[in-house]
Amino acid sequence: MTTVATKKIDLREAQKDQSMEKQKEMIAGNFTRLARAPQTGEKVSYTFVPGNINELVMCFDMVGNFPEINALQMGMRKKSGNFIFDAERAGHSEDVCTYVKTDLGMVYNGNIGPTGERLPEPDILLLSYTGCFTFLKWFELLRHQYKCPTVMLHVPYQGGGKITENMRKYVVKQLKEEVIPTLERISGVKFDIDRLREYLRESARAEDDLVWVLQTARHKPSPIDAYFGGVYYVGPIFSAFRGTRDATEYYRLLRAEIQARIDAGLGPVTPEGNMGEEKYRLVVEGPPNYTNLREFWKMFYDDGAVVVASSYTKVGGVYDFGFRHDPEHPLESLADYCLGCYTNMNLPQRVDMLVNYINDYEADGLLINSIKSCNSFSAGQLLMMREVEKRTGKPAAFVETDLVDPRYFSAANVKNRLESYFQMVDQKRRAA
Amino acid sequence: MKCFIGIDLGSTTTKAILMDENKDVLGRGITNSRSNYDTAAAVSKQEAYIDSRFTLLRRELEQSQSGMVDIDAFLRDLERNFRREQFMEQLQDLRRTCLEFATAARFKDKEAAVREALDEIFRRVADQAGALFQPGAERKSDFFRDIAGSFYLAVAGEVCKQANLPFDQVIAVYDKAIIEVENRPPTADLKGKIVRGLENLLTEAGEDRMSSASMQQAVDRALAVELEESYVIGTGYGRVRLPFSKEHIRSEILCHGLGAHIMYHGTRTVLDIGGQDTKAIQVDANGIVQNFQMNDRCAAGCGRYLGYIADEMKIGLHELGPMALKAKKQVKINSTCTVFAGAELRDRLALGEDRADILGGLHRSIILRAMSIIARSGGITDQFTFTGGVAKNQAAVNALRELVDENYGKVTININPDSIYTGSLGAATFAYRAVMEH
Repeated sequence: MTTVATKKIDLREAQKDQSMEKQKEMIAGNFTRLARAPQTGEKVSYTFVPGNINELVMCFDMVGNFPEINALQMGMRKKSGNFIFDAERAGHSEDVCTYVKTDLGMVYNGNIGPTGERLPEPDILLLSYTGCFTFLKWFELLRHQYKCPTVMLHVPYQGGGKITENMRKYVVKQLKEEVIPTLERISGVKFDIDRLREYLRESARAEDDLVWVLQTARHKPSPIDAYFGGVYYVGPIFSAFRGTRDATEYYRLLRAEIQARIDAGLGPVTPEGNMGEEKYRLVVEGPPNYTNLREFWKMFYDDGAVVVASSYTKVGGVYDFGFRHDPEHPLESLADYCLGCYTNMNLPQRVDMLVNYINDYEADGLLINSIKSCNSFSAGQLLMMREVEKRTGKPAAFVETDLVDPRYFSAANVKNRLESYFQMVDQKRRAA
Repeated sequence: MKCFIGIDLGSTTTKAILMDENKDVLGRGITNSRSNYDTAAAVSKQEAYIDSRFTLLRRELEQSQSGMVDIDAFLRDLERNFRREQFMEQLQDLRRTCLEFATAARFKDKEAAVREALDEIFRRVADQAGALFQPGAERKSDFFRDIAGSFYLAVAGEVCKQANLPFDQVIAVYDKAIIEVENRPPTADLKGKIVRGLENLLTEAGEDRMSSASMQQAVDRALAVELEESYVIGTGYGRVRLPFSKEHIRSEILCHGLGAHIMYHGTRTVLDIGGQDTKAIQVDANGIVQNFQMNDRCAAGCGRYLGYIADEMKIGLHELGPMALKAKKQVKINSTCTVFAGAELRDRLALGEDRADILGGLHRSIILRAMSIIARSGGITDQFTFTGGVAKNQAAVNALRELVDENYGKVTININPDSIYTGSLGAATFAYRAVMEH
C-alpha cells in the first residue's frame, strides 16, 4: 500500500512540476527575447498588467516588457530595497508607489532584469490603462528617461458601476485612431484584424481554463490557494502570453494538475508541500506583499487558512463573471476587457464582488491586505470592509504591508493580527 | 479545587490571574517581563498563587469567626512579613551568585578583598532593605530587581571606597548576577514562607491580637486547600515564547475583549494602550470580538512614548500625569513620531512654554492617535472600557474623556483599578471555558 501511495504522490509531483516548469520557461523565454531585441531588431513595448492589450501588441510582432512584473520579481528576489533606496536618493519621496521606485532604481542600475539579462530600451511606452493614475506619472518618468514615443489609451472609470456603450465606443475609437496607427508606425507592420481574432480566440481558451482553476476553490477542501497560489496561476495570462498557444497549454496543464488534486482530495500545495487540514476559508482583498511572500503565506497555511478567492487575481482581468475576449467583436472586447479590470470598478462593485465571493465560496470572512504605497487599491478599503461585514455577517480584518518595500513588512505585527483574526473566526463559529 | 490561569506577557510587565471553579478571581500576580519570558511567566504565575493563598486565608478568617477585629490589617502585616521572607531568600541567592562571579580570573590578587566587600555590601543591603518591610514602610516597587539594585548601588560606593576596590567592577558583578538570579525560576516553597512570615508576625506583634491557635488553624486550612492547575492560557506579545502548545495560546485581542466584557458586561468598545501597542476592539454582548484595529509600524502614542518623554524631561514616568494635570492651557503637539515629539517638546521649552502645558498637550496627542485607531475599528459604542498601563495616568484619562465627549457624546467610560489585568482575566476565562464548558 505504502509503495502505491508514494508512487501516486510522485506522479502528482511530476504533474505539478509540468505547469510550473512550463511557466518558468515561458517567462525566461520572454526575458531572453527582450534581451536580444537590440540584435534581432524586434520592437519593444513597455506596458502595464491591468488593461494590457497583449493580443494587439502581438499583431505588430512586438515584444512586451512589464515594469510592474519586473518590480515584483525584484521584490521576491530581495533586490527591491536597494532600488527603492536609489530612487529615493534620486528624488522620489518615501510615499511614492514602490513598484515605480523599484523600476526606476533598476533603470538607474543599468536596467538589468530579474533574470540577470539587460532589458532593452522601449520603442514605445504603451499606456493602455488609466484605472491607476500613478501609471500616467510612471510612464511620464520613463518617457523623460528614454525620450521615446508614448501612446495612451484613456479608459474611463466605471464610476456609475457599469460599462456603457459610450465608454466602449470611446475606447474603440482611441484604439482605431490612436493606438493602432501608432503601433503600425513604430513597428512597420500593417494591422491585420484577422490575426487579432486568432489571438483573441486563443485568449478565450486560456481564460476558460483559468476560471475553471480559480473556481475549484469552491471545493472543500479547496485544491488551490487563490491568493498565494493564485499569483502564480495568473502569471501567464496577466502578461506577455495572453493570446499565445503557450498560455493555452499552460492552463491546460494546470487544469489537469488541479483536477488530480481534487480527485486525491488534496488541499493546496505550499512551499512546504501539501497543506494540512483546511480550517479557515478566506477571501482576500488587495495585493500581496512580495518581499516576504513566503513568510506571509506561511502565516496562513501554518494555521490552516486557505484563500478561496481574491480580488488581486482579477487586476489583470475579471473573467469569472462571464467576460471573455471575443474574436467576433475584437476591438469591442479589448475595450470591455480594459474597462472591466478590477481597479477600474467602483467601490460598490468591488463590495458586491467580495460579498459574492464570500457567499459563493462559503468563506469564513474577509481579510484586507492594505498596501501602504498603493492608493488606487487602498482608498475606501475600510469602508468596503464594513459594508462586506454588514452584508455577509462574517468577520473581517485588516493587515497592512507593502508591495515591494521591505521596510513595511512587520512580521510580528502582521502575525499578531492574523492570529487574532483566525481566533476571532473560531470564536464566532463557536458562538453561532 | 480546580483552578484556571491566564498569563498576559506584555512588553513591560507580565500579568497572571488565577480563577477558581466559580469563575471568581482568586489571585493576581505581576512581574517585570525581563528578557526571559519563561521566567516572567513562572514568576507572575507564582505571584498569582501567593495572592490566591491570601484570598483563601481571608475567606477562612471571615468564615471561622475567629474573633479577629481587623482582618485587613492582619493580612497586610502577614503579607509584609511574607514579602520580607521572599526578599531575603532572593537576596541570599543574589549574594551567592555575586560571590561566584567574583573569581580570581576577574579580580586577580584582589579576589579575597572583593569577596569580603561583597559580604559587607549584602550585610548592609539586608539591614537597610529590611526596613522596607517594617510596619508602615512604603515600597516604590515590589520587583526584586528594583529594590535590590537601588540598595546595592547605594552601599557599594561607600564599601568600595573603604576597601579601595574598583566600583565599576563591583557593579559589573551585580549586573551579571542579577540577570541570572532574576531569570532563575522561583523556588516552590510558598507555604514555608507564609508559615515563617506568620511566625515573624507573631513575634513582631505579640499574641494579643487574637489567639495564635485559631489563627494558626485558619492559616493551616488555607494552606491545605489544594490548588489544582487545570488549564493555563497565555496571551500577549510574548505568547509564542511561552512553553505552551498552540491550544494554550490566545491572541491578546480576544483576551482583552473578553476581559473587558467580564469586568463590565455592558462593554462594546475597548481601548487598550499598552507599552508598545494600542488596540481598539469592538465586542458584542457576549464579549466576542467583532472588529479590531491596532497601531501599525509605529508605536508612537503607546506607553513607551510616555517613558521616552519622561526620560527627555528627566522626570519619573509616574510624575508625568500629575504634572500634565497642572496644565493651564492647551499646547498643541503635532508630531506623530516619538522622537520628533521629543524635539517638538524641546522646541516648546525653548520658546518658554510651561512644562505642565506641554505635557498636557502631549497627553492629548497620545489620545488623539488612539481616537484615530478607535475610529478605524468602528468608533465608540456605549459602554466604553479603557484598559492598559496608560489607563492609570489621570491626565491621559482626562484627555480621553474630553475627546470621547467631543466626538461621541455621552458615553459611559469604564476604568477598572485592575485594568492592567484585563488581558490575563480574558485568558483565565478562556482557560476556564476550555475545561468547564467543553
